[in-house]
Amino acid sequence: MRLDIDIEKRLGSFSLKMKASLSGERIGIFGASGSGKSTLVHMIAGLMDPDSGELHLDGTCLFSSRRNIGLAPEKRRIAIVFQQAMLFPHLGVKANLLYGYRRCRPENRKINPEKLIEVLNLQHLLDRGVNNLSGGEKQRVALGRAVLANPRLLVMDEPLSALDDALRYQVIPYLRSVSEEFRIPYLFISHSVPEMQLMADQVLDVANGCITGISTPDDLARAGMASSPRGYLNLLNLERAHLHDRLFHYPWGGGTLIVSDGKTGEGSLFELASRDIILFRKNPEAISARNMLKCRVGEMFDSDGRKGIVLESGGEQLVAEIVQSAAVELGITPGSTVFAAIKASAFRRLG
Amino acid sequence: MSLSHQDIAAIGLSMKIAISATLLALPFGFATAWLMVFRNFRGKVLLEVLVNLPLTLPPVVIGYLLLLFFGRNGWGGAALKAAGIEFIFNWKAAVVASATVGFPLLVRSIRLGMESIDRQLLQASRSLGATWHDALATVILPLSFRGLVAGSSLMFARSLGEFGATIIVAGNIPGLTQTIPLAIYDYASSPAGTSMALSLCAVSITLSVGILLLHEVIGKKLEDRDSA
Repeated sequence: MRLDIDIEKRLGSFSLKMKASLSGERIGIFGASGSGKSTLVHMIAGLMDPDSGELHLDGTCLFSSRRNIGLAPEKRRIAIVFQQAMLFPHLGVKANLLYGYRRCRPENRKINPEKLIEVLNLQHLLDRGVNNLSGGEKQRVALGRAVLANPRLLVMDEPLSALDDALRYQVIPYLRSVSEEFRIPYLFISHSVPEMQLMADQVLDVANGCITGISTPDDLARAGMASSPRGYLNLLNLERAHLHDRLFHYPWGGGTLIVSDGKTGEGSLFELASRDIILFRKNPEAISARNMLKCRVGEMFDSDGRKGIVLESGGEQLVAEIVQSAAVELGITPGSTVFAAIKASAFRRLG
Repeated sequence: MSLSHQDIAAIGLSMKIAISATLLALPFGFATAWLMVFRNFRGKVLLEVLVNLPLTLPPVVIGYLLLLFFGRNGWGGAALKAAGIEFIFNWKAAVVASATVGFPLLVRSIRLGMESIDRQLLQASRSLGATWHDALATVILPLSFRGLVAGSSLMFARSLGEFGATIIVAGNIPGLTQTIPLAIYDYASSPAGTSMALSLCAVSITLSVGILLLHEVIGKKLEDRDSA
């Protein structure tokens, strides 16, 4: 997918001026609320017209003030998943799901509804009304409805913000499996760094109505390490656990990770804050932390006076965070060997 | 309580006029409400004032203006005459008079229904491939259905009671244009008509109470359905 943006828009005292060329399948749009993310995607989807400029998607002109083109939203084939599910209250789950599919030309219908319903695990909800679904179920139906419209581009406008933490991480695996299974290019809008790490390959940074840069989710997480309350969040997909002494042992890198809140039988996503990793120069003999990993120091990076240390072990990476003086005292340099101590309870299972 | 043939004709005519007026006004009421809720255009305030005018204007004034417009020398009258339609002092004139007077009530109810529709639902339908008229038919219409029902029943009830505009454009011809209120007016002005007038009053009250009850019941039913 290739998206060329060069637009201007004034809304009261807010002014937006953006210019960028994006190509990729999983693009994140990151910024604080009020930065203009939603306005941007509304204009891309045709729900709002820019004051002037050009918008092109894969060579199709969506909008051009110069050539007086403004493609109607229904002709753009850009489906949106909103923050609130916005299901049609007068239709049942099935009719909601098929709303866009029925309006899609037969030659563009590439996604099989039955397959999608299976991936989103919606079979048991099909005959229900939409008003008594839970928040997570509603959002899954909304996602299915958008995907079944067989869009060229899927826009997800903070689809997880209205959900609480537990639900959010129940929905994320569905978002990921849908995007992997059906390969629809998407824009994922959010102000959450972990969501960007999970959902995007590259990130468009937006602030005050301007694009401030294009980076990767990892850059974003590294830049925000010092300022975010829990530091850099390592996201680990762990599977094949076995239970031993009420602790879960997951194979990882060159060794094993021991986790207190794990799950056998299926893979889980874990979050580990960079501040929960303690580094030692030599192997301490006795320590209460259950994980003691021997790692090689890869890269080191700065974030506002803190040092981020990229630890490598058997092809896997973790980011630990220490203060500048600790790095000097321990003599940590790229290529050196360190021991990382992590408590089994430091791993937070997300879903 | 006794009703003469003439009274029964008046009741029938009242029903016929009220139903016709409501059906006639419905598409216009829906379109006007849609314009006012979903479209931005110049002169919106003017339209708003114009639509609500019959609510505050004496019905007699409306009747008189309709008479001027549809009369022998008015534009509307000339067009109707060319089409060979008998209009003034005919039940059709009473329909137009009732439709005009009840129109603001209808538009208000539909508008309330439409204003409660989340704009993002429309954005969702458009982004899912629906054209604006598709979205109108599949999202706006079903979601303003309650407003339509409420507005129609109010308008129907108002039409049953229409007096001022009707007497001017349709006259008070027994069997032809005499509705319940006009018949009561006749009885009230004759010394022996008290009991006859009261009988028709009773009919009027029964009809009104019935419609308002129906209005409540349908409203409740639709509410239950929406939250199911």
